[in-house]
Amino acid sequence: MSDITSLTLTQTIAALDEKKFSEEELNNAYLERIKKLDPKLNAFLEINEKSNKIPAAIKSLISTRGLKTSSASKIIENYNPPFNATVIGRLLDKGVSVIGKTNQDEFAMGSSGENSAFGSTKNPWDLIKVPGGSSSGSVAAVAADLAVFALGTDTGGSIRQPASLCGVVGFKPSYGRVSRYGAISMASSLDQIGPIGKSVEDVRLILEWIQGPDGFDSNCQPSSHLRGATRVAADAHLGGGLNGVKVGVPKEYFAVPAGRQGEGLDSGVEKVVKDAIKEMEELGAEIVEISLPNTQYAVAVYYIIMASEVSSNLARFDGIRFGGDRSLFGAEPKRRIMLGTFALSTGYYDDYYNKAAKVRTLIKKDFEKAFEKCDVIVGPVSPTVAWKLGEKISDPLTMYLSDVYTIPASLAGIPGLSVPAGFSEGMPVGVQILGKYMDEETILNVGEVLEKALDIKEKPKL
Amino acid sequence: MYKPVIGLEVHVELNTKSKMFCNCSADYFGKKPNTHTCPVCLGLPGALPFINKQAIEGCLKIGLALNCTPAEESLFERKNYFYPDLAKGFQTSQYRWPLSVKGWIDIEDKSGEKKRIRINRAHQEEDTAKLMHQLGNSKTQETSNNENITGIDFNRSGVPLVEIVTEPDFTDSSQIRDYAKKLQQIFRYLGVSNADMERGDMRLEANVSVREVGNEKWDVRTGKLPPYRVELKNINSFRFMVAAVEYEIKRQIELLEAGRDDELRQETRGWDENKKITYVQRSKEEAHDYRYFPEPDLPEFRVQSSEFRIDDIKKGMPELPWMKAERFVKELGLKISDAKILTEETELADIFEKLVKIGREKEIEPKVLANYVVNQKIDLLNKDPNQIIDDIKSKSVGIISDEEELDKVCREVIDENGGLVQFYKRSLIPSGDEIKKGNPNMLNVLIGGVMRKTQGKANAGLVRKILEKLLNG
Repeated sequence: MSDITSLTLTQTIAALDEKKFSEEELNNAYLERIKKLDPKLNAFLEINEKSNKIPAAIKSLISTRGLKTSSASKIIENYNPPFNATVIGRLLDKGVSVIGKTNQDEFAMGSSGENSAFGSTKNPWDLIKVPGGSSSGSVAAVAADLAVFALGTDTGGSIRQPASLCGVVGFKPSYGRVSRYGAISMASSLDQIGPIGKSVEDVRLILEWIQGPDGFDSNCQPSSHLRGATRVAADAHLGGGLNGVKVGVPKEYFAVPAGRQGEGLDSGVEKVVKDAIKEMEELGAEIVEISLPNTQYAVAVYYIIMASEVSSNLARFDGIRFGGDRSLFGAEPKRRIMLGTFALSTGYYDDYYNKAAKVRTLIKKDFEKAFEKCDVIVGPVSPTVAWKLGEKISDPLTMYLSDVYTIPASLAGIPGLSVPAGFSEGMPVGVQILGKYMDEETILNVGEVLEKALDIKEKPKL
Repeated sequence: MYKPVIGLEVHVELNTKSKMFCNCSADYFGKKPNTHTCPVCLGLPGALPFINKQAIEGCLKIGLALNCTPAEESLFERKNYFYPDLAKGFQTSQYRWPLSVKGWIDIEDKSGEKKRIRINRAHQEEDTAKLMHQLGNSKTQETSNNENITGIDFNRSGVPLVEIVTEPDFTDSSQIRDYAKKLQQIFRYLGVSNADMERGDMRLEANVSVREVGNEKWDVRTGKLPPYRVELKNINSFRFMVAAVEYEIKRQIELLEAGRDDELRQETRGWDENKKITYVQRSKEEAHDYRYFPEPDLPEFRVQSSEFRIDDIKKGMPELPWMKAERFVKELGLKISDAKILTEETELADIFEKLVKIGREKEIEPKVLANYVVNQKIDLLNKDPNQIIDDIKSKSVGIISDEEELDKVCREVIDENGGLVQFYKRSLIPSGDEIKKGNPNMLNVLIGGVMRKTQGKANAGLVRKILEKLLNG
């Protein structure tokens, strides 16, 4: 039965339609695999034995009625929401069931999965390495075939980065494309729910299911939806080519930042990404060099805005109505609450929050300007492949800097796709494709063509 | 000589259908605790707010009535602090980008003297939940033992609240009363709030300091205020607030006169009704840093947009009391004093206008109607308008109830009946009350004289009162 779990979502739907197996057999196959492999991976925090439709793994911070929604925190360890997140309601309508709630960095704060209050998730490609974060469990579950697909959230790279480190497709939609209602907020102006799948085609379908205006999220309104997310890809694209597509390559993404030794792009990763760009050129794309001059400020700006919002969003966990007291927060949430509280304090607001908000506008403008010259922007997702568990845990700053390629798109609110592109040191490497605000369609088309051309078949050996 | 410098903050709950950021009913008063709640107003993880447009319109209407300028761009901000009644750990409010700014309103004291109060802002926010303290010895379902418990009722959490902040333009407590009454009248005219103080629909906070007259350093108009400010807060009765302000003024002047300026500090004080004193609740050192920042869960909104058309809101503004009174004077020929009484409440004014319409058909002048309604204290709200008109008609067409006019006639009759008046005055005996009693038969003769002079149209009761006032003193 193990071949059932290796099928993509579209293949699974087709097989169910053709009655090759039943939904019960499908769930049994996945539940059996979870029971066998999850003790090694620690991808799930709760497993739903009653799953009886297409089984999806859901990040623990997304509200599911009747299933624990702890955000991998001790403070709401046993919190059981009385309502479903909008995306959950939409998935249930499409014949999906939740097979389990996945592990993550506590309140989505982390880039390695190690900040979970319930132990780190392991990378299915190498169990001594991190899967990336914060959507660690969701990504590991898809990579290890423990679910047909998964939902994660991406605030500064939390879908794209682990997808790259675990060799699956991860997609962060434009801010406002998917309703956030029911996803426990980390940083409200940055958070987006997005799909993690076994193929770009799958991700496109999942996005189609969950996207669209929602009265319960004021930032997900019809006015921001310029067009449908995933209009059927043009024949020209499905024909396998990228003729007429202008691919922008930011020069800043491949330069080692001066004075920051060891923080540049790892050479193995660089090779995979450059090969992918070459492949795109061979597929007919026109490669143009672009500049995103404010990239160097992105991490700093992000850590001020994100932490400020965090300090306010986590205030509701006061132990009065639900959950435990605030001493139960882990080290990383505490660190960010303090950082954000400081940044918003009287006398510091203008120097920190306000200035960061201004630079954020500049970063947004960088992208607007760049997109005058190209249709998509391509670059690395993570400067390195997955690292060893524990390697960076005592050095939060280095960990923060590893998000340098994903953060700018988060600040700008534009969509970003991570597609597996190859391997370095035996570990997966993804390539990031960024698109214009609300133009999910183009990057999904480009991603699908690239994915088919690269045709990576390797799976982790478990 | 010292002069008080007082600024007011008024909070008013709007009577919208739903709450500020969710679909729960905002009509929470007297309802079973925690029955008007949802994930949003309970602040459950993952819940997000959405804006109640009806509330925004209400807030803009209040701003317009107070001659404020609607902000072109406005946004919600988070006011961060911890309190058990605050579901999210922050209140969604406005700070740097309020909806309406820079207005004014004229208030009037009893003698009709006007004073202009400048309005700093009128902004939109949400109410908090309500803490209910219960002593252990009152046995209920919840407390079977003797513990003191505090329950939280989230029915009020998220009810739309508008805060109106004045400049420090008040100089005594009577102005506070006039201002609060005026606001209450405006809210009711606009139909945006019941503005019931007792139910907590309308709450007052005062900032009180005093300055030395002639002290150039502290001048309100140039913004140079005394170097301290006492905030009077958490006083839930209007009467207590006035008492607290009066006490504060006295306390502060005494300290200044005694040269103990250093004891005047920036602090928050409450009111102890038993001891009739104010007391420190929070000193400056303990003051919150609210860490305001733009609410990232809500988009900015433009007042002049497809969502909120300020021009439409302006068109939809009702006639305000002072405008109505002016119209009554101009168009209906009413005395200003009658017009003011008749426009005190919008319902009263509406019924009066209905009466005027019916009265016209039956040839009763609006002025006569107003006289009758005001002097006879006719219960307009509970009487059939047609019946009222018929009553007036049948009693006497054009009955004279104008006190000034009758006073003049009474004086004439007194002058013409010098002898009788002398005898009447001698008949006066102390009656235990302050007013003495005279021979009723003699008084009746005088009343009859007035009736003859007015062809029987005088209001007899009123004539008796006037004569007694003139003769019995």
